[in-house]
Amino acid sequence: MATSFSATLPLHGSQENRLLLPPIRLAPPPSSFLGSTRSLTIPSSRRLYHAHAARRSPVVGVQEVVKEKKVTNSLVLCILITKEEGLVLYEDMILGRSFEDMCAQMYYRGKMFGFVHLYNGQEAVSTGFIKLLTQSDSVVSTYRDHVHALSKGVSARAVMSELFGKVTGCCRGQGGSMHMFSKEHNMLGGFAFIGEGIPVATGAAFTSKYKREVLKQDCEDVTVAFFGDGTCNNGQFYECLNMAALYKLPIIFVVENNLWAIGMSHLRSTSDPEIWKKGPAFGMPGVHVDGMDVLKVREVAKEAVTRARRGEGPTLVECETYRFRGHSLADPDELRDAAEKAKYAARDPITALKKYLVENKLANEGELKTIEKKIDELVEEAVEFADASPQPGRSQLLENVFADPKGFGIGPDGRYRCEDPKFTEGTAQV
Amino acid sequence: MWGILGRRAVDGGFSASSLRRMRSGLVSARSYAAGSKEMTVRDALNSAIDEEMSADPKVFVMGEEVGQYQGAYKISKGLLEKYGPERVYDTPITEAGFTGIGVGAAYAGLKPVVEFMTFNFSMQAIDHIINSAAKSNYMSAGQINVPIVFRGPNGAAAGVGAQHSQCYAAWYASVPGLKVLAPYSAEDARGLLKAAIRDPDPVVFLENELLYGESFPISEEALDSSFCLPIGKAKIEREGKDVTITTFSKMVGFALKAAEKLAEEGISAEVINLRSIRPLDRATINASVRKTSRLVTVEEGFPQHGVCAEICASVVEESFSYLDAPVERIAGADVPMPYAANLERLALPQVEDIVRAAKRACFRSK
Repeated sequence: MATSFSATLPLHGSQENRLLLPPIRLAPPPSSFLGSTRSLTIPSSRRLYHAHAARRSPVVGVQEVVKEKKVTNSLVLCILITKEEGLVLYEDMILGRSFEDMCAQMYYRGKMFGFVHLYNGQEAVSTGFIKLLTQSDSVVSTYRDHVHALSKGVSARAVMSELFGKVTGCCRGQGGSMHMFSKEHNMLGGFAFIGEGIPVATGAAFTSKYKREVLKQDCEDVTVAFFGDGTCNNGQFYECLNMAALYKLPIIFVVENNLWAIGMSHLRSTSDPEIWKKGPAFGMPGVHVDGMDVLKVREVAKEAVTRARRGEGPTLVECETYRFRGHSLADPDELRDAAEKAKYAARDPITALKKYLVENKLANEGELKTIEKKIDELVEEAVEFADASPQPGRSQLLENVFADPKGFGIGPDGRYRCEDPKFTEGTAQV
Repeated sequence: MWGILGRRAVDGGFSASSLRRMRSGLVSARSYAAGSKEMTVRDALNSAIDEEMSADPKVFVMGEEVGQYQGAYKISKGLLEKYGPERVYDTPITEAGFTGIGVGAAYAGLKPVVEFMTFNFSMQAIDHIINSAAKSNYMSAGQINVPIVFRGPNGAAAGVGAQHSQCYAAWYASVPGLKVLAPYSAEDARGLLKAAIRDPDPVVFLENELLYGESFPISEEALDSSFCLPIGKAKIEREGKDVTITTFSKMVGFALKAAEKLAEEGISAEVINLRSIRPLDRATINASVRKTSRLVTVEEGFPQHGVCAEICASVVEESFSYLDAPVERIAGADVPMPYAANLERLALPQVEDIVRAAKRACFRSK
């Protein structure tokens, strides 16, 4: 089935891909973002938005920046992260990977059931974005949400218990693999329908803006919406790009383009496979970045988050990434070419970061091994905790259908809310 | 006993004189409060939203044409001028998108009032109403509640054709996690909408386009800005002892007219205005059926799997030994709504249909 759109053709980073592009000149979006390489001191002769130009990522790789800096300014070696940051990133990615591997083991042992979608290979995207957020920023994800929840701060114990369906899970066993919610960490789900999380994320961003402008509160919270390449053909995606740009909402749309929607190749299902181009069509910057390199993702994320906090509006970031496992644990994963898998396996984000840290003398092998061991123990402990936790009690079946403890508009004191003078008083002036 | 308690709770919003008149039993629909003002349902809804927006800055309105156009049916008239474009949003024609945005805003703590131009358009957004709004409190084990109201006209209007005339009460009322309300009079509209906006759960508020312009008397209590009606309580619009007629929304008016016609023939009909489709007030319905022993349920929507089917099942389950006649179910015709005026009349329940059914229920035991 080799055609010019075969999946092994790399989408990005190659000059030959001009064949896939229509010869249209894109006008650069009004903001100076993402061209704004001033922080990376790239020569300005590079055209970043014109489609017929070389299709390189507007954000240049770490190695290249380092090399350029060495050439232009031999006095200062520009490293993109400090040692502490590097170790935090490394630990987060190792946690994501170990956790997902453990999920696979537990699934095959029958401890986990239903639909389980693993995130192996895409850790750079989650870590790159979420580690820049504060606790009050929101993250909205899809069914592939374990690692987003972990990066956002939900404990491994809580996520593992939730997957086992135990009462100590983050949703008391009522949500499951695809519905990780945490109010404390502002992880707003976990949605099974693709595209469903995008409007919800847009609404959370809307709330930030509303709090600032109407309620006059100090609110700089941003929302990051994660979704895949298949979602980018869904109507809700475009509806939200439009409204986010229209209302200038503090949201970042992150496309985790892993080229496959179960067995449907992105190139087979999309008329124009370059998703980042859809941003400028709606009046927001569209960025493409190598999603297998956590430092590149982090640089792009920094600019996008700063833009959103400053009130300049949304950004669409397309991360080219890959999932090392099938769509879910029930997917035999027969349609993907072995060569493609091998190519991306060679670009494993964890190995790449490890190499960077060691080569730039930010950490030595020993420190990294300690982190790996610590995470292994953490994940093991999470499994033990989940195993030992009880299943939900029978009475939990009927709980939490409504926020109203008994429905019927009956308040916690057992009386009708409408008869309680406190409920009905207000400062209504008509 | 529960029925009487229920009635008292319901009548809590009425003046003492009207209470006495209710107890005497034979009250026509429009004279329950002496010397009262009249208010259209449109004004009632408008004043309810206005007062709730004024009381709580987290409440905002979102929908197509709600701002500059003053509302497709003028329900949100004047709100844009009063509260500004930051609280009254004219959205693009993107039901799925803006409904989802409303749900997301509710997740994050605001209280949106999302208007659908008609509930037929809500089908484009139904994924968000059901999957992200109704189920969220359960899926997150109580962490994330969704204090959102979805409102708009529901059911048949006049000559608007098949795609604009469907009644969605049965669809939404079958979903756990949603509250579904259907007001009839101006007082219902005010009280239930205020309760819905204050409620911490997602509420589907089914209005009726043909009722918007109708005027109803309204009591002083109902005009007060803290007036609220309980969710999940039906109202006995007219007391009777021979047959129970349960219905909601526009059909309440038809049922009341039918009750007057039946009264001329010596049949005393009790008319129950359901007000709340989910949670359904089974207690009031069953108490009434135990009193009268006969049931006629009326609704405008499609017959199969409708609200009437649920009420019949509930009565058969709980009050079977009290029934003297088979339960009667009157619903719209089992066809998409035709356009021609005479066919449309045939496709919807009319007063004569209700009268005929009630007579059937009453004479069968003889």
